[in-house]
Amino acid sequence: MVNFPEAPVPVVNLPNLLRQHAGGQRSVSVEGATIGEVLEALQAAYPAMSGQLITSEGQLHKFVNVYLNDDDVRYIDKLDTKVQAEDSVSILPAVAGGAA
Amino acid sequence: MPALTSILDLIGNTPLVDVSALSPNPAVRILAKLEGQNPGGSVKDRIALSMIEDAERNGRLVPGATLIEPSSGNTGIGMALVCRLKGYKLKIVLPGNVSIERRQLLELWQAEVIDTPANEGSNGAVRLAQQLASAHPEWTFLYQYGNPANPRAHFKGTGPEIWRDCPEITHFVAGLGTSGTLLGVGRFLKQANPRVQIWAVEPPTGESVEGLRNLDDGYIPPIFIDQGGVDLLDRKTVVGPRESIEWTRRLADQGIFAGISSGAALAGAVRCANSIDQGTVVFMSADGGWKYLSTGAWTDELDAVVDRAKRIIYF
Repeated sequence: MVNFPEAPVPVVNLPNLLRQHAGGQRSVSVEGATIGEVLEALQAAYPAMSGQLITSEGQLHKFVNVYLNDDDVRYIDKLDTKVQAEDSVSILPAVAGGAA
Repeated sequence: MPALTSILDLIGNTPLVDVSALSPNPAVRILAKLEGQNPGGSVKDRIALSMIEDAERNGRLVPGATLIEPSSGNTGIGMALVCRLKGYKLKIVLPGNVSIERRQLLELWQAEVIDTPANEGSNGAVRLAQQLASAHPEWTFLYQYGNPANPRAHFKGTGPEIWRDCPEITHFVAGLGTSGTLLGVGRFLKQANPRVQIWAVEPPTGESVEGLRNLDDGYIPPIFIDQGGVDLLDRKTVVGPRESIEWTRRLADQGIFAGISSGAALAGAVRCANSIDQGTVVFMSADGGWKYLSTGAWTDELDAVVDRAKRIIYF
């Protein structure tokens, strides 16, 4: 039998900070056709992440960077960025970086 | 060229060099802006001079003053050069995981180095510098992450130079650290031609920083927020150490001996070239390769170099 899932189930790579809320897993798979749906599904599956990714106003938390493959979704379509099954989604905390 | 009165007169006016031989798309030119030509060896000479002379003008810096600044190297080196010539004392708060050459250059120009733990990265250095600056109000804290004279150096210098030398530019690619280069150059180029696209390249830093206890410990440079960075940038892409080193080596094949972040920026320029039909991409080569010789970046076996690069700040 062939399954036709309604939404893609991309792999989501978690930062060190969030792994503790997902039983130590480095990455998990959750369903979602957009970044917003993926993050909502992640928060639903791992309630300890609630409010850490998406604020109560429905925005991406300011210190959270979410990447679709290598690209920061804030510069694509933010939470509306479309996700395909073969994509990887990575969450990284915003930190001071660079050869500053 | 007439004789210069000071080495500081050599800051800026860096050359663009065509490296289109590395472009994956024959209809896209790629040019490197070689900031390693600055006297302190990096793009950061520009902001060091700009921030210090701005503080002299507005009275924050008086003769013989002591400055404190968090830096993973290049800004510190640029400031050490300027401070040495202008007679200021300088304390640099430096993450423990920078290349030995960065530390040596700071010492060469007599900056005092205050170490912070390697696993806290630049975040830890910024935090300690902020604490020390508030405990010592007699020190001058120019704070590159929050100082408008940082992006202004690029709005007044780097941006106009690129426009003068390459008015056909369609895309600008640079590494994201304080965000000063992207903000200053980006704003200038978009004023000159609103169609120019601004791409930021960053290392996968957030993953390696262990000092974070929770996401609220995160950090966004104040200048990035104040100057509307999210609206200015068109794309932000992560380039990892392996790809950075591979492109650093390809640059060397073109005769350009540049630092590892230049390879990352070039990797971003190549992604850009792959994503457009035609155009002209200018990327920033932030520094020369000298400070990274100890990493074996050009000559050692690639896996070993990548492994080493994961443990140092090379951006």
